[in-house]
Amino acid sequence: METLNLFIRSIFIDNMVFAFFFGMCSYIAVSKSVKTALGLGLAVTFVQTMTVPLNYLLNEYVLSPGALAAWLPFEGLEEVDLSFLSFIVFIAVIAAFVQLVEMVVEKFSPTLYNQLGIFLPLIAVNCAIMGGSLFMQQMVGAGEIRNVGESVVYGLGSGLGWWLAIVMMAAIRERLAYSHIPAALKGPGIAFIITGLMGIAFMIFSGIQL
Amino acid sequence: MASKSLKNLTAPLSGNNPVIVQILGICSALAVTVQLKPAIVMGLSVMVVTAFANLVMSMLRKGVPSRIRIIVQLVVIATLVILVDQVLKAFVYDVSKQLSVYVGLIITNCIVMGRVEAFALQNKPWDSFLDGIGNGAGYGLILVIVAFFRELLGSGSLFGYPVFEKIGLYELGYSNCGLMLFPPMALILVGCIIWIHRTINTNLQEK
Repeated sequence: METLNLFIRSIFIDNMVFAFFFGMCSYIAVSKSVKTALGLGLAVTFVQTMTVPLNYLLNEYVLSPGALAAWLPFEGLEEVDLSFLSFIVFIAVIAAFVQLVEMVVEKFSPTLYNQLGIFLPLIAVNCAIMGGSLFMQQMVGAGEIRNVGESVVYGLGSGLGWWLAIVMMAAIRERLAYSHIPAALKGPGIAFIITGLMGIAFMIFSGIQL
Repeated sequence: MASKSLKNLTAPLSGNNPVIVQILGICSALAVTVQLKPAIVMGLSVMVVTAFANLVMSMLRKGVPSRIRIIVQLVVIATLVILVDQVLKAFVYDVSKQLSVYVGLIITNCIVMGRVEAFALQNKPWDSFLDGIGNGAGYGLILVIVAFFRELLGSGSLFGYPVFEKIGLYELGYSNCGLMLFPPMALILVGCIIWIHRTINTNLQEK
């Protein structure tokens, strides 16, 4: 039940876009057509579901204070605290993994590869991915994620939340082409205001407990 | 200072502002705009990281093969961010707690990567350094504007000093707008800033 709660919470309540503004750059830039948004959302969800558990394992067995002592047979490892390295380790894992996904997508689905274009390598610097891993680290500290399974659930949930947001936004923006907007608001201006309004709508989910 | 270098410094403040014109780096950072103090600290941190990342990458630009440049950039930026994070933890611990994961997210802030890719790889170190300072300042400027309105209207204070209480506005029946403290209002405020900015600079409007 708690796992299901975590899943629902990471999609709707702690939505990456509406509650934390993660991944706003590609969210504003790619949300012009539903088709591309679906593709990018899929890629982000996949990368998120894989990198959060990978970083969870690294955090658990290498980075957190005294973690090395659990499995390395050397003296004095109890006091080693590598947590200041977590930024660089997380980003290295994410960059390597995105490179891998890029090669796989290029090989198996050239159409999707061409559609995503520059945005595929840019997933590496998508704040939603890095933010997911950093939040995972915080939630481990707070005791909300206790094992690998829950970190997979959190990664999947937060990725799906981002996917949902970008597809909804793309659908709205496709319709916006037919409406009369003040010239100065066209493009990013109205996109920000709509995101804000959607965020207010998503606030009704806050406080839901399963 | 030559006028060209000066232009690198001032263009990002308005005409080529990273946030409202280039639409970069909105990620993550708006969450720190509930109060002015964390917003200013965040703006300064991004300025330092952008400036030095530009400087370092500009100096390395002839020695790094373009195939591996992304990973080199990430390592340089991540190192700088770790330094900033440790300094913040040492000197302003309470602000560092408020900023939480958002300091780490400077690594994936598109402004830093974007400026290194678009500017530092083609220009000399000193120009790149100024460009970094300018873009960091342009980013900080937007954060400060948003934080000013959110703190003033949301909690009636500035830098924690209760302005509205001192001038006796509450006795006249005024009450704080709690909605300002919620995340969506930051987005709507940025939307309004873009609106005003593009009404003045008509050349930026989309056709």
